[in-house]
Amino acid sequence: MREKAIVFEVNERQHCTTIPSHRTLLEVLRALGYVDVKCGCEKGDCGACAVLVDGEAIDSCLTLAWTVEGRAITTVAGLGNSNNPHPLQAAFARNGAIQCGFCTPGVIIASESLLRKTPNPSDDEIRFALSGNLCRCTGYTKIFEAVREMVLTRSGGVLR
Amino acid sequence: MYQTTNTRIIVPEFDVRQPTSLEAVLRELEHNAKGTRLLAGGTDLLVQIKLERTQPARLIDITRVPELMGMAVKDGMLIVGAATSIRTLANGVGVRERYTALAESCDAFSTVPVMIMGTIGGNLCNASPAADTAPALFAFDGAVELASCEGSRRTVPLDEFFVGPGRTVMREDEVMVAVRLPKTAAGTGSAFVKIGRVAADISKVSAAVKLVRKDDRVSECRIAVGAVAATPMRAYTAEQYLAGRRIDAKTLADAARAVEEDVKPITDVRSTKEYRTHVAGVAVKDALGAAWQRARGGERQ
Ligand SMILES: Cc1cc2nc3c(=O)[nH]c(=O)nc-3n(C[C@H](O)[C@H](O)[C@H](O)COP(=O)(O)OP(=O)(O)OC[C@H]3O[C@@H](n4cnc5c(N)ncnc54)[C@H](O)[C@@H]3O)c2cc1C
Ligand code: FES
Ligand code: FES
Repeated sequence: MREKAIVFEVNERQHCTTIPSHRTLLEVLRALGYVDVKCGCEKGDCGACAVLVDGEAIDSCLTLAWTVEGRAITTVAGLGNSNNPHPLQAAFARNGAIQCGFCTPGVIIASESLLRKTPNPSDDEIRFALSGNLCRCTGYTKIFEAVREMVLTRSGGVLR
Repeated sequence: MYQTTNTRIIVPEFDVRQPTSLEAVLRELEHNAKGTRLLAGGTDLLVQIKLERTQPARLIDITRVPELMGMAVKDGMLIVGAATSIRTLANGVGVRERYTALAESCDAFSTVPVMIMGTIGGNLCNASPAADTAPALFAFDGAVELASCEGSRRTVPLDEFFVGPGRTVMREDEVMVAVRLPKTAAGTGSAFVKIGRVAADISKVSAAVKLVRKDDRVSECRIAVGAVAATPMRAYTAEQYLAGRRIDAKTLADAARAVEEDVKPITDVRSTKEYRTHVAGVAVKDALGAAWQRARGGERQ
């Protein structure tokens, strides 16, 4: 089989499509219109293409699309939009953690993946979770502060 | 290691398979082993395909095979399925306590998505001299279990598994099923140290140590270093020197010197031969110090 018919979910919408064997999940998602998934280095270094697969952050550029058969994918637009932002998206906007915005989808996905597993992470855990995301603009400090603020608000101000 | 060629397009299409049992994987390998590659996390293989270092004719996704996933303790031995992710391994029950250096080598992986996608089997089968889990598995006297389509199974000590950069003793019709780690003795301490350009990078040098501390002496010790030879390697001279000795400033310095003499590093984009030689000694020294401290904790229990 040089292509595979697969069923998978993106942002709670089901897709049934036939995918050529060599297409990455990044290419397929963008072709399906999910252009909030960004294409950066294409070899796992920058994190711009990160999406959640069954709740965990992976690099879509290193994932062949046919392998996600039956999985549920969440892109940053699936978390929230400008009318109804996800708390992380709101925290990023409030803290000035977005400049050009190219890295933001991947950074928010990485943060969300962390917070789903570790609702009350330490500073080091936050830094480590973001270590797979490159940002050319912010210098990371504001990104870190946004995630930290989100953790603080959630935990009622108790910081580990 | 990564030349800047076009990484964007995966040119040729390939045949794809997604078996859900080990038997089915082996049947696929039997039919047409030529040009067939197993695909686990894809974090090495996809990069290699994109850089046109390899052009597989067929890919077999092994991430849906239950026999290759997860961890179990059998007769005191820890058995880790080859397709277990680096992150699942790091968080495995008892792994951090009993196989500290291994958990630390998983923590040292550059990024979280790579830890989630990448597998222990992929790390070993890719056979990079810098594979982070290899030195720790050497230190714990690990072995790998291989299966082939004729139904044969063999267990290869990790010491004998690597042949050269990207090369192992595995045949094309074989699949790695699991990694086996013997039980650790009372008084065991271990540590892993990675030296990279920044934390999120491939190792320039890595070192893992496992020692058993008895009557305040080293009764048993295994030391392995990564990225300083064609394959990850044991530092035998230092191991022999330390047996029966106490860890102090002098024995640490002597052990580091012995390591420097044993390693055979090269100069590449990540580092130079001279730097790697010196730092291999330093990394082993740091790992020895930490393992010695931890071993004392173990004796008190
Ligand atoms: C951005 C980035 C950062 C990285 N950082 C690190 C790091 O810090 N430390 C480190 O050690 N590595 C690192 N790597 C390399 C890589 O992630 C690891 O080696 C990982 O463990 C590979 O596992 P995988 O499942 O993704 O392998 P794959 O790419 O799926 O497979 C690798 C090779 O092994 C073969 N294979 C896989 N499983 C089996 C099996 N069960 N039986 C037989 N053959 C098999 C495949 O056919 C292929 O040839 C990094 C890679 C990237 C892209
Ligand atoms: S585009 Fe996938 S990690 Fe950079
Ligand atoms: S905001 Fe521009 S790359 Fe991060």
